[in-house]
Amino acid sequence: MRIINVEEVTKNIKEMCIEANHFLSKDMDIALKNAVQTEKSPLGKQILNQLQENLQIAGDDMIPICQDTGMAVVFLEIGQDVHFEGGLLEEAVNEGIRQGYTEGFLRKSVVNDPIIRENTKDNTPGIIHYKIVEGDQVKIKVAPKGFGSENMSRVFMLKPADGIEGVKEAVLTAVRDAGPNACPPMVVGVGIGGTFEKCAIMAKEALTREVGSHSDIPYVADLEKELLEKINKSGIGPGGLGGTTTALAVNVNTYPTHIAGLPVGVNICCHVNRHAIRII
Amino acid sequence: MEKHITTPITKEVTKTLKSGDYVYISGVIYTARDAAHKKMSETLAEGKELPLDIKNQMIYYMGPSPAREGRPIGSAGPTTASRMDKYAPALLDLGLGAMIGKGKRTKAVQDAIVRNDAVYFAAVGGAGALLSKCIKKAEVIAYDDLGTEAIRRLEVEDFPVIVVIDCEGNNLYETAIKEYAEV
Repeated sequence: MRIINVEEVTKNIKEMCIEANHFLSKDMDIALKNAVQTEKSPLGKQILNQLQENLQIAGDDMIPICQDTGMAVVFLEIGQDVHFEGGLLEEAVNEGIRQGYTEGFLRKSVVNDPIIRENTKDNTPGIIHYKIVEGDQVKIKVAPKGFGSENMSRVFMLKPADGIEGVKEAVLTAVRDAGPNACPPMVVGVGIGGTFEKCAIMAKEALTREVGSHSDIPYVADLEKELLEKINKSGIGPGGLGGTTTALAVNVNTYPTHIAGLPVGVNICCHVNRHAIRII
Repeated sequence: MEKHITTPITKEVTKTLKSGDYVYISGVIYTARDAAHKKMSETLAEGKELPLDIKNQMIYYMGPSPAREGRPIGSAGPTTASRMDKYAPALLDLGLGAMIGKGKRTKAVQDAIVRNDAVYFAAVGGAGALLSKCIKKAEVIAYDDLGTEAIRRLEVEDFPVIVVIDCEGNNLYETAIKEYAEV
C-alpha cells in the first residue's frame, strides 16, 4: 500500500489547470501546425495562422489561449493499492481547481445552480470522474472544457439496426449542426456503446486521447479515419468560414452494450482541446 | 477585401461592408453577453433607459478572463452569438450598429440586420490571447456584479473581424461552406 497525501493532488491539479489553459499539448500543436500547410482556403489559412500567433502570445505572455477557460473536467485513475490521507480526495481536487483558477488569472465560469445561476467565483466544483485501476499510482487528467463546443455535443440513442452507418450519420449530423459555433477546427470525441451516460463519458475521455493516435480495434481505427475525411469534406473550415480543415481528429472509444441499444455520444471540442496529464 | 473602420459605426459605413470583408476596427466597443443581455432586456421591458446609448455602437459578445497586473484585460475572444439571438433584434431596432461574436444567427436576427442596415462580424473564436493585444483600455460601465459578464467599454486598435452577415443579408457561413463542400 502506498500512502499519498491529498495535498499532492491539490498541488498537481492547480498547476495542471494553469498549464492546460496556456499551453496546448504537443499532439495538438503538431496537428494545428500541419493544418496551416494543408488548408486550401486563403481565409482559412489566415485564421489558422492567427491561431498559431495566438498560441505564441498565450505562452509568452501567460494570457489564457481562450477566455473561456472552461469547466474543469478531471479524470482520476486511482491504483487500488493507494491510500489517501490528509483530507477528502474530492475536496482536494476542488481545492486544486480553486487555487489554479484564482492564482492563474483564469476565468470563473461556474454557476452554483443551473437555474438560479450565481457564479461560485472560484470555478468550483469541477466535474470529477473516478476509475479504480491496479497498482499504486494515480493518473490525473485535467481537461478544462469550454462551452461553445460543449453546447453542440449530443447523445443519440440509436437502434442496433442502425449499425455503423447510423453511427457515421449521427457524428456527421452533430458536426454539421455545430458548424461555426464550436470554433472549428474541432476535435471530435465519440463514445459508442455502454449506456446513456457511459457513451457520453467515453466521448469526453476520447478527447483526451492523443490527436493522431488511433484505436487498437481495426474497424474503429478505420471509422476514425473515414469520419475525419468526411468531416473535412463538409466545407465548414477554420472558424466555420469555409475550408478543408474542419476537424483535426476523430477519436472513438467503444464499450459493450445491451442487446436492444446502440448509444452514441458525440462530444465536440474546439481547437483549444486542452488536457494535461500527470502520474503521481 | 481589407478595410479599416472606426467607431461609432454609421449606416453609411455598414452599407459599404460586404460579407467576407476582413475588417480592422479601432475606437470604442462595448461588451455584453448572456446575463447583461437579460438585464438590458428587462430594463427595456420596464420602460427604463439602457446603461449605454447603443445607437451606432458595436456590442462584442465577450466575457474576458481576469487581467494580470499591468494589462487592461485578460484573454478576450468572442463567445457564441446564438445565445443572444433572443435579445438582438430589439437592440438592432434601437439603432445598434454592429455585433461581434462567433457562430450562426437566427432568421429573426438576420432580418433585423437587414431592416436596420446593421452588420454581424465574427472574430476568430479561441484566439483570446491575440485579440486581447488589440484592446488598449477596458472599464466596467454597468452591471459590475455580473463579474466577467459585466458591460465593459473597450478601446480597441485594429481589432480584426470578418463580415459574416452584411446589411443585404448575405451570410458568409452559408456561402463559404458551399464553396469548399465536397459532398
